[in-house]
Order: sequence, then structure tokens, then C-alpha cells
Amino acid sequence: MDLQSISYVIDTFFAIFSMTLIIFMVPGFAMLEAGLVRTKNVTAVLMVNTMIYAIASLAFLLIGYSIAFGDFGSDSMSKWAAFLFQMAFVGKAINIMSGGVSERAKVLPLALFTVIMGGFIYPVIVNWSWGSDMLAGTLLDLTMYDLAGSTVIHSTGGWALLAAILIIGARRGRYPKEGGVRVIPASNIPLVTLGAFLLWIGWFGFNGGSVGSIASKENADLVALTIMNTNTAGLSGAIIVGAFMYFRYKKLDITMVLNGALGGLVAITAGPDLYDIYTPILIGSIGGALVVFGVSFFDKLKLDDPVGALSVHLLNGIWGTLAVGIFASNGEDITFLGQLKGVIVVAIFAFVVSYLILFLINKIAPLRAHNDEEMQGLDVEECGLEAYPEFKRAF
Amino acid sequence: MKKIEAVIKPFKLEDVKDALTEAGITGMTVADVKGYGRQQGHSELYRGAEYVVDFLPKIKIELVVADEDVDNTIDIIINSAKTGKIGDGKIFVSPIEKTIRIRTGEEDEDAI
Repeated sequence: MDLQSISYVIDTFFAIFSMTLIIFMVPGFAMLEAGLVRTKNVTAVLMVNTMIYAIASLAFLLIGYSIAFGDFGSDSMSKWAAFLFQMAFVGKAINIMSGGVSERAKVLPLALFTVIMGGFIYPVIVNWSWGSDMLAGTLLDLTMYDLAGSTVIHSTGGWALLAAILIIGARRGRYPKEGGVRVIPASNIPLVTLGAFLLWIGWFGFNGGSVGSIASKENADLVALTIMNTNTAGLSGAIIVGAFMYFRYKKLDITMVLNGALGGLVAITAGPDLYDIYTPILIGSIGGALVVFGVSFFDKLKLDDPVGALSVHLLNGIWGTLAVGIFASNGEDITFLGQLKGVIVVAIFAFVVSYLILFLINKIAPLRAHNDEEMQGLDVEECGLEAYPEFKRAF
Repeated sequence: MKKIEAVIKPFKLEDVKDALTEAGITGMTVADVKGYGRQQGHSELYRGAEYVVDFLPKIKIELVVADEDVDNTIDIIINSAKTGKIGDGKIFVSPIEKTIRIRTGEEDEDAI
């Protein structure tokens, strides 16, 4: 085999391997969300997660990939591997959205939205940033650097979630009339931990694979650095939240610490290949701090988000993209203003279009479950199967 | 005959059982229960917000003993379940009209 064929084979393998790691994020999201909601809604959450993977991926195969990249094609690896790698990302953006509306949003309207988001909204943003770029040469042309999608995936999902929460509203009883926040504790902490670590592992494929090629000495180094920096940001996110919770409340809340790790991972995702090995400590720490700040901030605004997705994905998606402008600006193709423009353009498009689509879907098939259904839990009404039939209800 | 119901801290169950068995009092029924007394519940912290857990997990023991064993049984339960801290539980004593062993049909004190 000549050298070119060898690199073709290695990169194809690398893309498929990365895709496999990313697909580990499907159970990651599913377990994280299943653990953070009450037992009466667990089957519905798992159902939504499964349907999103299936529907979003198929919508991307049939429509989305062509919108994003024009056609199936790649010279450096098998075009099917190139597709599979891109396909693995689609469901993630929507997972972010579906998690935050858990325990009150119905499965069917979410599935409808998944068709639109996987087939249109997300592919258009990919087109502008990584794909065939229909905005090239216009004022809106995105010049931001976003290696694996702090903005393209994480804040896109976050904006869609914000739109969905505004339409759907909070869980029943979450913000009582007399004020304050009624705590609705997680039902299964071990599952939350398993889910968070599956996501963490998936991130190595998410960011590492986004380098695109491993088949040369330089690229192999770059992939390893990217994965190392990704991990570092997760570690520092966890540590900073642990320290904060301990000093502020004298208690170590594992759900917050895991959210902190994920916040750090989102924050590093825009440029893990650009930094030296120390900068990710700072970027991940700020990411963790944003989670602590965000969770109580969104509660003050009465935006009910049972899994903390707004803090983890929206705030850190924005922070991670801006961080590239701060720490890796080269004054030419990467500038702070370029990063900021990317954040704003994607924000407006993702939020406005998601809001309109969700608003329309809500008219046809109401997103929110009836009060009785919500009281009883979505498992029985929507899925006909309780996740823990022999357990006593927490509420 | 008297029925003795004791609500105790869950981790004291083994001690109580061992002490009663040693004293020759055989048989008891236990149940996981939740409740609170003067101590009330305790507060926990979830994602930066405090909340109160009203009902604490307890174990309820039920046993039926002959009249002359009542005082001794109560003493044994108190001695083995006591930690001295709030929330140690309570003992209730009530009369029993009749006891029957299902397998043999024996009645009252023979059936305990």
C-alpha cells in the first residue's frame, strides 16, 4: 500500500472510532437525565433520548448532510466515515434541548421538533461554520474558530432549550406562588454519575475526532494534545465546583460537581487544539464557576431546567467560543470580535427559528403534558411502563 | 398478653433483636416506617437550595408477650436501642385479646 492509502485507512478508522466514542454520549445523556428526574418520568426521558438519536440521525442522512456539506464526499477518508462522524453530532444538539424540558414535555412534539432541528436548523448552522458556507463573502460570514462546536452544537442546543422553556414553562410546583424554589431532588445519583462519565468519555471522540486527521506525526500530536486539554478542562471544572460548594454551603453536591465537569468540557470544546497544556485549567475552572452561577441565576428567572443544561451548555458554549478569542487570538483569522460575531449570529438564528418552530408545533401538538398526566408521571401516560414499578413514588 | 410496639432507629435493630433473643423472647415482626417526633426532620441541600426532609426512616418492631414479661421486654428494648441522642424512638404497650398459632391452633400464651 502506498502512503496515501495508509493515511486514508488510518483516518477512516479514526473517524469511525471517534464516532463510536461520541455515540457513547447517547447513553450518557440518557443516564444523566434519567438520574436527575423523578422516578415517575424516567421511562419517558429514556424514550425521548432514544427517539432523538434515531430521528435526528435519519433526518441528517436524508436532508441535513446535504444542507450542511452539499454532498457526500471526502478525499482524505471514506466518505461514509466522514458522514458517520458528522452524524454522531446531530443528536447531541437536540439532547441538550430535550434534557432541560424533562418531566413536563411530551414525547411526540419533541420528536417532531427533532425532525426540523436535525434536518434543518442544525445543518444550516453547520453549513455556515464547518460546511459549504452559504454566507461566504457576506457581512454575516462566520469567521469564528469552533473546533468541535462550543457554539455550533452546545450553545445551539442551549438556545433551542431556552426557547422551549419559555414556551413550555416550569414543572408544576417548582416555583410556588409564595415565592422561592421548591427543591425536586434527583432520583438516582449513581445513574447521574454514570451518565456524566459516559459523556466525558464521549468528549474525547467529540473533540479529538474533530481535528479531522491523525495520520501523520504532527496530526497525531495535535489529536493527543486536543484530548489531553479536553480532559484537563473537565477535571478543573469538577474541582472548582467541589471547592465552591464546600466553602459556600459546607456540603459537596455530586450533581453540581458533575455539572461543573461537563461545563468545563463544553468550555474547552471550541479550541482544545489551540492552547498550551495549562490554559485549559483556567478555561475549565471558569466553566465550572459559570455552572454554579448559572444554576441559581436561571432559577431566579424561573427558567426551570432539571438537568442544568442552560448553565452547562448555553453559558459555557458562549464562554468557550469567546475564550478562543481571548487566549488564542492571532489577530488575523482568529479574533475576539470574530468569535463574538459567531456567538451572536448563531444565537439569533438558533433562538428565533427554534422559538417559531416550537411555537407552531405547540399549536398542533401541545408540548406540555396535562396537569394530571404530569402529577401521575409521564411514564404511565406516555409510555405505559414505569421505570421502577416496585419503588415507592418520591412524590 | 400485651403487644409492645417500638419505633427505633434503623441501625439499632440488630442490637435489639440480639438482646431480646438472649433474654428468651422469641419472635417479632418488623417494618420499615417513616416518621418524626419532637426532633422534626432534617434539612438537605440540592443544587444550592436547601430543603427539609420531614419524615425520617425508622424501624417499627411489634411483639406480643405474656403479662409477666412486659416490663423486662421494655427494659431490654430501652437498653439496647438507646443512644441518648434525640430521635431514639418510642415504645407503646397495648392489651391483646387473643393469640392463635395458625399451624397448631394453640391459643394465647402457648401461641406466643
